[in-house]
Amino acid sequence: MYPNEQARACHRALRVGIVSGLLFLLMAALGGPHDPAMAQEPPTPGQGVSGQLVVGSDPVEGVTIEVAGTSGADVATVETDDEGAWSVPLTSPDTYEISIDVDTLPDGVALADPERDSLTLPVREGQNRIIIFQLTDGEGSAEDEEDGFDFIGLDFKRLASLTVDGVRFGIVIGVMAMGLSLIFGVTGLINFAHGELVTFGAIMAWLFNAGWFRFPLLIAALCALVLAAVLGGGLELGLVRPLRRRRTSNIALIVVTIGLSEFLRSFYQVTFGPLPKSYRDYAIQREADLGLFAVTPKTLGIIAIGALAILLVALVLQRTRLGTAMRAVADNKDLAAASGIDVQRVVLHVWILGTVLAALGGILLGVTQKVEYDMGFKALLLMFAAVVVGGLGTAYGPLLGALLLGIVTQVSTLWFPTEFKFVFALLALILMLVFRPQGILGRRERVG
Amino acid sequence: MDAVNVLLDALRTSVGPQAIVFALAGVGLNLQFGYAGLLNFGQVAFMLAGAYGASMTVDAGGPLWLGIVLGMLAALVIAMLFGLPALRLRADYLAIVTISVGEIIRLVVRSSTFEPITNGVFGYRDFAGWFYDINPIPGGRYGFGGFTFSERRLWVIVVGWGLVAVASLLVFWLMRSPWGRVLEGVREDEDAVRSMGKNVFMYKLQALAIGGVMAAVAGSLRAMDTEAVRPDFFFTIITFTIYAAVILGGAGTILGPALGAMALWFVVSFSEGILRLGIDSGVVEFLSLEDLAAIRFMIVGLVLILLVVFRPQGLLGRREAGLIDD
Repeated sequence: MYPNEQARACHRALRVGIVSGLLFLLMAALGGPHDPAMAQEPPTPGQGVSGQLVVGSDPVEGVTIEVAGTSGADVATVETDDEGAWSVPLTSPDTYEISIDVDTLPDGVALADPERDSLTLPVREGQNRIIIFQLTDGEGSAEDEEDGFDFIGLDFKRLASLTVDGVRFGIVIGVMAMGLSLIFGVTGLINFAHGELVTFGAIMAWLFNAGWFRFPLLIAALCALVLAAVLGGGLELGLVRPLRRRRTSNIALIVVTIGLSEFLRSFYQVTFGPLPKSYRDYAIQREADLGLFAVTPKTLGIIAIGALAILLVALVLQRTRLGTAMRAVADNKDLAAASGIDVQRVVLHVWILGTVLAALGGILLGVTQKVEYDMGFKALLLMFAAVVVGGLGTAYGPLLGALLLGIVTQVSTLWFPTEFKFVFALLALILMLVFRPQGILGRRERVG
Repeated sequence: MDAVNVLLDALRTSVGPQAIVFALAGVGLNLQFGYAGLLNFGQVAFMLAGAYGASMTVDAGGPLWLGIVLGMLAALVIAMLFGLPALRLRADYLAIVTISVGEIIRLVVRSSTFEPITNGVFGYRDFAGWFYDINPIPGGRYGFGGFTFSERRLWVIVVGWGLVAVASLLVFWLMRSPWGRVLEGVREDEDAVRSMGKNVFMYKLQALAIGGVMAAVAGSLRAMDTEAVRPDFFFTIITFTIYAAVILGGAGTILGPALGAMALWFVVSFSEGILRLGIDSGVVEFLSLEDLAAIRFMIVGLVLILLVVFRPQGLLGRREAGLIDD
């Protein structure tokens, strides 16, 4: 049906796309990770524990910390340096007991929770485990406890604080999931590489903030978003569009995004490194007590930026010609094309918008939980859960689903071990599919 | 001389236990993905079931063969977990559910809450004594030139390829049966099959379960080969490596998965060997030996993309049976 000429042109475009994509990555590889600025990371590939003692934002020097393996191996005692930092390399993975010598704390500084002067936790092979001893300068730990009024054994202040943090997490996941759902809604493709687009934003912002340059995070984030727009457009023009022209099936396209996801994630692991890194700004903040709940300023900032982004997207979708065109294509592609909408252009814009949203979500996530090569992939499963709970293909469903799941995952840590919080989100996904597969906001129609 | 060693190493890997495990899991995936059109992104969960079935049973004092059987039964349970929520829905929902449930299972197995049952992140070691005790091959090295295996490894290889052959024959026989015709019909046009009065859901569930049991056996085999089971082997990336093997060989062909696994491991091992040479001799300066594991998966990802772009039918497939819609 398609003339040979055109097929060959597609082929050529595809090859150009792949080659230029690889070149782009290669440039990033050579420039980024081997910058001397990164030498501050411990170069040891083995496992270890480390941490930093701070009160407010002041480092605490000269505190003795003892590390002992429970099976008898590796006993070490270290003192924190002038930045409050300490680290102990370990020869083998094991369960370790890390204790802080309270007597060596400076006067007026105490553990926030006096009971937690010793932690016992497993260290995996190759893992550099960050240990946090929360310190306070003695101003409020005793009063705090009386502040939080207990009701049927429930600490309401903690519940409220966790809920706020859940909203923060939900909005971040919601921003990313909106990108995923927009691309799906308009093109019908579930982009399994969406998580790597998230990581792309976080890593690029890190490179501008702490790697190549030392821009303030806000400017670094803007640079990263511009690059993300280029990447999103490049993916559509260089890879997805030529494949679609060749009538590659949706299933094959999903396999391509899987390959892209694996490739990019491992690529980040090699170039960015396996260890998490933080931005130079907003890394450590003290919680401010707002009466009803305690919250760090950055949490409020993230919620505000996320909400603003979502509002902007909503305005674009509802009020602009482009948004109307997007909704029209999502509803019925052929009808949209027949009424004069340039479908190709709309799809390109959706890829750009979706990638920028993913990157923004990645940057916001990196502010609270550090930048890591697989952060996006971990978030991808939560995005799926959010999208399915809210309604696949709807514009606002993912946001609703993400907010619900964000609150559920954070608040579940009140009663259940933290390591299970994502399990709950994924269980919600399964239950939703069994009982209401179209999601909360989805229309009642056959999805099978 | 070194380059010859790299080549020999790559050849050894391509017929060795790694390739066998991926071939066997690939035969199962091929039944699900290649023949039934199911996007199962959780094949690694079935492998986990097989590996833990074997190691936990031995740890609890049971015989190894019972553990393998229990692993296969666990795979049936997982097939239900995958299938009941998602098989009635559109194909991409199955992808989402399988990738999520696979990850839930790994998270639960490695959690410290379940450590008393599963040994948490440490997993199990040294449980496959029985498998090597029944090895009839006398001690020594077998092969020619630099291409040799110990009697232990040869035993794994013989049993492994034997299992791959049995599984491939089973798929061959299934796909020639009326059941297989219906299954291929499900892939091509579900509604048409449904209108003939067939229960599409049951056919899909059966394909998922049979393929899953094969992956469970592959997981047991890997556990017996390495005599070490840890939850953090069973990442979703393993599933996608199996996909790369199946598509490379040719999805929807009988010999595709086995051939694809051999070819994929040859490519991976060969490029790793060349890179290792380069790093050792200082030619490749921007990489270190620790990066090689990640580079392996970069290659796998690249293989997947390039295959779909340039040869979606793989090595053995026919163009019309490939991944192209018409």
